[in-house]
Amino acid sequence: MLSYLIRRILLALFTCWAISVLAFVIIQLPPGDFVDAYISNLSASGSGISLDQAQQLRAEYALDEPIWVQYARWMRLILRGDLGMAMEWQRPVTEVIGDRLWLTMVVSIAAVVLTWLVALPIGIYSAVRPYSPLDYLFTLLGFLGLAVPSFLLGLLVLYFGFVYFNANIGGLFSPQYADAPWTGAKLLDLLRHLPVPAVILGIASMAQAIRIMRANLLDELRKPYVVTARAKGLSEWRAIWKYPVRVALNPFASTIGYTLPYVVSGSIIVSLVLGLPTVGPLLLRSLIAQDMFLAGAIVLLLGIMTVIGTLLSDLLLMWIDPRIRVDD
Amino acid sequence: MGDRVMGDGVIGDEGGGAVRAPLLSVRDLKTYFFQDDGMVKAVDGASFDVFAGKTLGIVGESGCGKSVTARSIMRIVDRPGRIVGGRILLRSAKGTGSNEIDLAQLNADGAQMRAINGGEIGLIFQEPMTSFSPVHTVGNQIVEAIRLHRAMGKQAARDRAIELLRLVGVPRPEGRVDEYAHQLSGGLRQRAMIAMALAADPKLLIADEPTTALDVTTQSQILNLLVDLQERNGMAIVLITHDLGVIAEMADDVVVMYLGRVVEEGPVDDIFHAPKHPYTRALLRSIPSVDSPPRRKLPTISGSIPHPYNRPPGCPFHTRCPDVMPGLCNVVEPPLVPVALGQMAACFLYPEVRAATAAPEPAAGGGRTPAPLLPTAVGRR
Ligand SMILES: Nc1ncnc2c1ncn2[C@@H]1O[C@H](COP(=O)(O)OP(=O)(O)OP(=O)(O)O)[C@@H](O)[C@H]1O
Ligand SMILES: [Mg+2]
Repeated sequence: MLSYLIRRILLALFTCWAISVLAFVIIQLPPGDFVDAYISNLSASGSGISLDQAQQLRAEYALDEPIWVQYARWMRLILRGDLGMAMEWQRPVTEVIGDRLWLTMVVSIAAVVLTWLVALPIGIYSAVRPYSPLDYLFTLLGFLGLAVPSFLLGLLVLYFGFVYFNANIGGLFSPQYADAPWTGAKLLDLLRHLPVPAVILGIASMAQAIRIMRANLLDELRKPYVVTARAKGLSEWRAIWKYPVRVALNPFASTIGYTLPYVVSGSIIVSLVLGLPTVGPLLLRSLIAQDMFLAGAIVLLLGIMTVIGTLLSDLLLMWIDPRIRVDD
Repeated sequence: MGDRVMGDGVIGDEGGGAVRAPLLSVRDLKTYFFQDDGMVKAVDGASFDVFAGKTLGIVGESGCGKSVTARSIMRIVDRPGRIVGGRILLRSAKGTGSNEIDLAQLNADGAQMRAINGGEIGLIFQEPMTSFSPVHTVGNQIVEAIRLHRAMGKQAARDRAIELLRLVGVPRPEGRVDEYAHQLSGGLRQRAMIAMALAADPKLLIADEPTTALDVTTQSQILNLLVDLQERNGMAIVLITHDLGVIAEMADDVVVMYLGRVVEEGPVDDIFHAPKHPYTRALLRSIPSVDSPPRRKLPTISGSIPHPYNRPPGCPFHTRCPDVMPGLCNVVEPPLVPVALGQMAACFLYPEVRAATAAPEPAAGGGRTPAPLLPTAVGRR
């Protein structure tokens, strides 16, 4: 058990390192660098800089050095807790990201929690009453949820919210709170705004989770221990709830592992559509500007948070499944 | 066991007389599965009695409806299965005289049925591996069974669970109670299962192939345990198996099922020494005996079990029966009536059965008369 834990944590550390390399490489992939992008940006607005100035800029950010040297410098900075300067903004990356990273996680986790809250009861119902009218209805809705891209859904919701309710549904805060410091009222405002993006973001994984839960539970319902429970004198629902649902939750718990990354990456586009103050819009902009410190930091931080989420879901699985606990 | 009165629904119930009423009487039980692609008549008119302190063996080929019968009694038949007819009369000796409940009429998920399941009737079955939840300790599941039927605190129930495990011969029960099913051997698991079924001292234990998945030594240990427990607490046992050896060893009475129907019923000695129904005889011929020469192919029953979707009309066995009387067996369904003292059969070879139907004499259809067959059929083998 302990050795499993250690193995699992080492694996998580290795994954984080792999993400940092990958993040760095992918950001370097497009031709040119920040200075090229900067120059073309400047010339588009009519001004320009000399070759000398460009060279000076490159030296400042060490862009003229070989890629592994650049990576090593970046890593050294990061290990010291310094994410570097956002070149385009001329401010430290941490400052530019600010609350956005946490808000990304809040939105993503809200989407995952909502996914569970909705998918579990529906999945259970569908398995216990398979091929019932409601099961068919949920299946249909589920396929719709899977098939409609979340950004499209976001646009639709915005449109209908605006046309029929004259309400602006986007964002995570009301205007008066957007730049206000954190207070209880601001938190409340956040909670009020959270459901819409959480639903839009979660709908696809919700549909998937319903299918998974339904299939798991259908398998478990056929197992003899369900008969045992009924033969003891437990009522049908209590027997189902205590035993097969509990067993079917195990493989389901491990789905957080891939739901979270899926939701986080989905949140980037949805945030853009809904105007959420998450890292999504920032990441897109930094990629266009080839602002490697900012983009690298965002990709790395998102990656690390997903690795932590996956690790937690594995620990959860270990905690709820005695078969894994003992076998090691 | 000659004291039974087994007319349709007429049960000896003289209250304190010499006739002892059976603990459980199943009458003309019908349980069908309604599926999109057809209806499966898993149990189609089964009748039998179970007496306190006795063991009733139910035998029959795979798929003949033994397990569905057991589940029907406990009202835990899986959807889309449903009891469509018949009565399941359970007598409880509470108060004076006997009061009987028709389990078939109860709400399957209602409080009364739930009090009976686990309280009056216990169930153990074949798969000892998967009959326990893999994510709850054995003790947790036994304690639950106890507390469902006894007003007991957690600690008292746990103590009782340990006692029960000790009773069924689980070594070191104080430790085992906190283990998971996958940590126990098959034999121990089946013992723990029995302990759970006995949680509330049921008067009837239904054992559905309790030893099929176990090796021979463990099998006989478990069977001995059941006999011991029965001697100790006087419970009735319904033992479902397709192992006639187990039946010979354990049962007082035997019910032979074929395609959802009881085709023969009687005391174990009579069934083995004077089987009446051609199906019973065929079953008995197919058990290996110590005296039979080695490497001789065992006789098997010719033909195969008809598919449950298209049950043959008339006697369900007529497609495979060596004594079939065309024009009768394939037209009319033979009722189960007494054909000898204490023994009942559903076969037109016997005049009692023919008399009990308004069926025409077989001459009407085939031209072959059953008369010449009778002497050999009735004579002891
Ligand atoms: N859940 C179900 N859905 C549909 N048909 C079923 C279901 N359960 C049982 N049956 C049908 O009912 C019939 C009797 O099944 P049952 O399990 O009672 O047989 P059995 O006598 O116990 O056989 P075995 O010796 O193999 O255990 C079979 O034809 C089976 O196909
Ligand atoms: Mg069976």
